[in-house]
Amino acid sequence: MLLITCPYCGPRPELEFSHGGEAHIARPEKPSELSIEDWTQYLYLRANPKGLHAERWRHLHGCARFFNALRDTTTDQFVATYKAGEPRPTGGAA
Amino acid sequence: MQKFSALELFRQGLSGQSGWRPQWRNPEPKAAYDAVIIGGGGHGLGAAYYLAKQHGLRNIAVLEKGWLGGGNTGRNTTIIRSNYLFDESAALYDHALKLWEGLSQDLNYNVMFSQRGVLMLAHTVHDVQVFKRHVHANRANGVDNEWLSAEEAKAFCPPLNIQPNMRYPVLGGALQRRGGTARHDAVAWGYARAADALGVDIIENCEVTAIRRNAAGAVEAVETTRGVIKTPKIGVSAAGHTSVVLGMAGVRLPLESYPLQALVSEPIKPVFPCVVMSNTIHAYISQSDKGELVIGAGTDVYTSYTQRGGLHINQHTLEAICELFPMFRRMRMLRNWGGIVDVTPDRSPIIAKTSVPGLYVNCGWGTGGFKATPGAAHTLAWTIAKDEPHPINAPFTIERFRDGFLIDEAAAAAVAH
Repeated sequence: MLLITCPYCGPRPELEFSHGGEAHIARPEKPSELSIEDWTQYLYLRANPKGLHAERWRHLHGCARFFNALRDTTTDQFVATYKAGEPRPTGGAA
Repeated sequence: MQKFSALELFRQGLSGQSGWRPQWRNPEPKAAYDAVIIGGGGHGLGAAYYLAKQHGLRNIAVLEKGWLGGGNTGRNTTIIRSNYLFDESAALYDHALKLWEGLSQDLNYNVMFSQRGVLMLAHTVHDVQVFKRHVHANRANGVDNEWLSAEEAKAFCPPLNIQPNMRYPVLGGALQRRGGTARHDAVAWGYARAADALGVDIIENCEVTAIRRNAAGAVEAVETTRGVIKTPKIGVSAAGHTSVVLGMAGVRLPLESYPLQALVSEPIKPVFPCVVMSNTIHAYISQSDKGELVIGAGTDVYTSYTQRGGLHINQHTLEAICELFPMFRRMRMLRNWGGIVDVTPDRSPIIAKTSVPGLYVNCGWGTGGFKATPGAAHTLAWTIAKDEPHPINAPFTIERFRDGFLIDEAAAAAVAH
């Protein structure tokens, strides 16, 4: 089980969290003006990197707030967790 | 190929079983092939076999970064069934099931295919309605599936607990009698041996590191840890690593890779006659011919390439197993492991051409690819050889997401996700 550091509550076991998929995907301002390719990309295409991945988590059974994390998918190690709205941290391994 | 038969076994016995030869060669990669398959699991080896046998392509290679069948082929719970809801899925999975039924004879290799029946349990009124809908849809598609009451389910699988005081009591189940299990390693080895006999080069410890494309954008070579190999056609059967391989050619797919875990118990005498699945409380169980209970757990919630996952996922499944089969409560588990499964948004696979000429992909099988091994291999080989899909895999394109033709087994599915 992963130990995840909620930016609001501190380190908590994985069971308290739900996973929210890739982070930093903004809903298009004007969906009706999007090309079909861009809309497909927004709906279905997700980064699936072998390495550092920026993803959303929600501290469901805690403060219930969403936040983002940078995690290495080859080790499951968290490099950073940060509040929603903050930019993806630079640095970290690889 | 040294043909296996009772007579041959007897003959070898006379010389102390000393005359058996390796079942396939261990060749050095050639500088060029007519087609290259990336991924030496059942799907990839099978595709090579059907390419050689049915389409006459003999100058081909299977590249495997590790050892044969060391990925999800060797990590699944070997359940085979075809009782999917939608017409497209039923056609694809039943195509595979029909190939399973003749596979040992076709390959001259005992894949230990055992049609012991797959029983899917219903625990809620919703389950009952969904499963009955499945039963009717399957039968309309010529796929066997029948509804059993709780008592009939217990008669079919005596260890099953149908007491009404369970947290999730068994209200009945859908039984596919043609479903069952097969020996996973034998599937990879049988395809490898048969493909090798037709001239296919099977190259292990050979990881693809790049895909080269020509000025027109078509594939022309793969760079590997064992040198550059020229080829005009590449078929990718790389399961959880499909995104990584396709990324080498600049192709993005609607896939996310998750760990899926399984575990086996200590071996015991035969006590469990069939396969039982419960989507609602997440338990998948059968008994191997070696005697171990083979138990499938769910996926972890996060994407990962680690081939392991959280222990609480296994614990969750074991709690369900102990409730359904109280006689297993004191059994000890022997091993647990994870495999990386590539999941599509609609939980249906992709077997298709890509936007890159000469590049074909078989992926997105998610949590249920083993059952489809012969069907996936057969239709991928067809797609590579003819540069167009077989009618059975024609709906399973990448473009279905763009065009809104999802095959949404995620909502309908007979398996938990």
